[in-house]
Amino acid sequence: MAGEAKSGGYVAGVKEYRETYWMPDYTPKDTDLLACFKVTPQAGVPREEAAAAVAAESSTGTWTTVWTDLLTDLDYYKGRAYAIEDVPGDDEAFYAFIAYPIDLFEEGSVVNVFTSLVGNVFGFKAVRALRLEDVRFPIAYVMTCNGPPHGIQVERDIMNKYGRAMLGCTIKPKLGLSAKNYGRAVYECLRGGLDFTKDDENVNSQPFMRWRQRFDFVMEAIEKAEAETGERKGHYLNVTAPTPDEMFKRAEYAKELGAPIIMHDYITAGFCANTGLAQWCRDNGVLLHIHRAMHAVIDRNPRHGIHFRVLTKILRLSGGDHLHTGTVVGKLEGDRASTLGWIDLLRERYIKEDRSRGIFFDQDWGAMPGAFAVASGGIHVWHMPALVSIFGDDAVLQFGGGTLGHPWGNAAGAAANRVALEACVEARNEGRVLEKEGKDILTDAAKHSPELKMAMETWKEIKFEFDTVDKLDVAHR
Amino acid sequence: MSEMQDYKSSLSDVTSRKFETFSYLPEMDDERIRKQVAYIVSKGWNPAIEHVEPENAFDHYWYMWKLPMFGETDVDRILAEVEACHKAHPDNHIRLIGYDNYQQTKGAEMVVRRGTPV
Repeated sequence: MAGEAKSGGYVAGVKEYRETYWMPDYTPKDTDLLACFKVTPQAGVPREEAAAAVAAESSTGTWTTVWTDLLTDLDYYKGRAYAIEDVPGDDEAFYAFIAYPIDLFEEGSVVNVFTSLVGNVFGFKAVRALRLEDVRFPIAYVMTCNGPPHGIQVERDIMNKYGRAMLGCTIKPKLGLSAKNYGRAVYECLRGGLDFTKDDENVNSQPFMRWRQRFDFVMEAIEKAEAETGERKGHYLNVTAPTPDEMFKRAEYAKELGAPIIMHDYITAGFCANTGLAQWCRDNGVLLHIHRAMHAVIDRNPRHGIHFRVLTKILRLSGGDHLHTGTVVGKLEGDRASTLGWIDLLRERYIKEDRSRGIFFDQDWGAMPGAFAVASGGIHVWHMPALVSIFGDDAVLQFGGGTLGHPWGNAAGAAANRVALEACVEARNEGRVLEKEGKDILTDAAKHSPELKMAMETWKEIKFEFDTVDKLDVAHR
Repeated sequence: MSEMQDYKSSLSDVTSRKFETFSYLPEMDDERIRKQVAYIVSKGWNPAIEHVEPENAFDHYWYMWKLPMFGETDVDRILAEVEACHKAHPDNHIRLIGYDNYQQTKGAEMVVRRGTPV
């Protein structure tokens, strides 16, 4: 048999993957890293062979036997395909569960883990399409990663925000403003009652607004708004840059100015840069907001790519205090359950396997802090009751157009959102059901807030018709 | 469309100062405060009371009124402490806290008696 020393030495050639990598009797160890792939095999390739091929190509295997295989204990180091399951509602694809020994991965490196798990294997000919649905990181591996620089509780203490979600707004137009006009827009939002404003992800350091002037004017806006309102404020200064050196230079300047929070795009900029920046943020006491540009390229196709719940886990390990998670509202029921699943993965300490939310494994984060979920995009005051109900307090609700588009300007838009949020939180605490009574709650609050009343007239009422989440197995369809 | 309205807020107007959660809503009456106290108790959090001169409200640390009421679940007794603190410091902001010792944070914090702005 090829490759086995005992049977008389090295034999060159190709053998079936399943001989080595399909191990249905294997019981995963607590220290194993587990992965669930959705595999769409080429026609005629048996499931066991396809699963074994994925295990091989994402761990120790090569297409042919090589003599140096015999210099090590490959049976220890190999990935093991240990289970196969049907995908509900899909006759072609199946789930393959693979266990990897922890020694395969450098400590504290999501870069290394994913270079293996989603490396060459994704272009492998024996599979037509491949999607990484979920990964179970053993606690032993989790504890080698630094994770969020501060986490939810520390951020609350720094920003002095308790008992409610925080409010944000992305400054628009996203491109083209001068630094001084941009700072004006920030100031107006913050004095009106928002906790944070945000650089658009496209804003780095373009000719019309270089980063340094943006940072200077924005800090003046923050300081004045703090003095005026008596509340703590921040703006996510985007330090995403062409090179790591440039990124750290901008981060250092933000710290020098006293900025409480900076921002980074962890997928376009890369996991290496992000992990380095997160460590810098912990060392320097600066909060870190994370945007996710490019995620949809990777996570949108139901049969190929990486599910966002895995991208969420990557970020929690790599490090960030906030992560964009989607808004849930206005989307399909299935999206809601699935989104609630990865929000838990971002914030909670221990998340149990729950297929109804697309969670394939128990995940223990140990002492690693959680991060705030960020809901941003296309939301306005009428969504507030649903948002408070869905996201709870450990979230940042970001109203861009819903703040800046107020007929009386940013400050009035901000005040409208703040009043709506506080009215919903108060009502929730009183035991009222927000998604049913939302309209009454907002209408009552608007009696004391002309800004909210105007916002409610400007944006049309949306219906509060969410039922309780029922079944879904459909995170994948 | 109704007429555009100016947003009234300035450094010179002390009534522009806010104090975080619920400070954009009208000042709470006793009925509303009672419901928030009941919420804190229902969550199993430890109630506490603090106060400060309004001009020092930006500070993280306010003055503790006695010690947090660990394990106190009687809403009336908690409200009585709010009143006692208010009587002793009628010009100060008084805030109600719900310490969540499992999450190691404050599950709730709100000003329930607004001081005299200066």
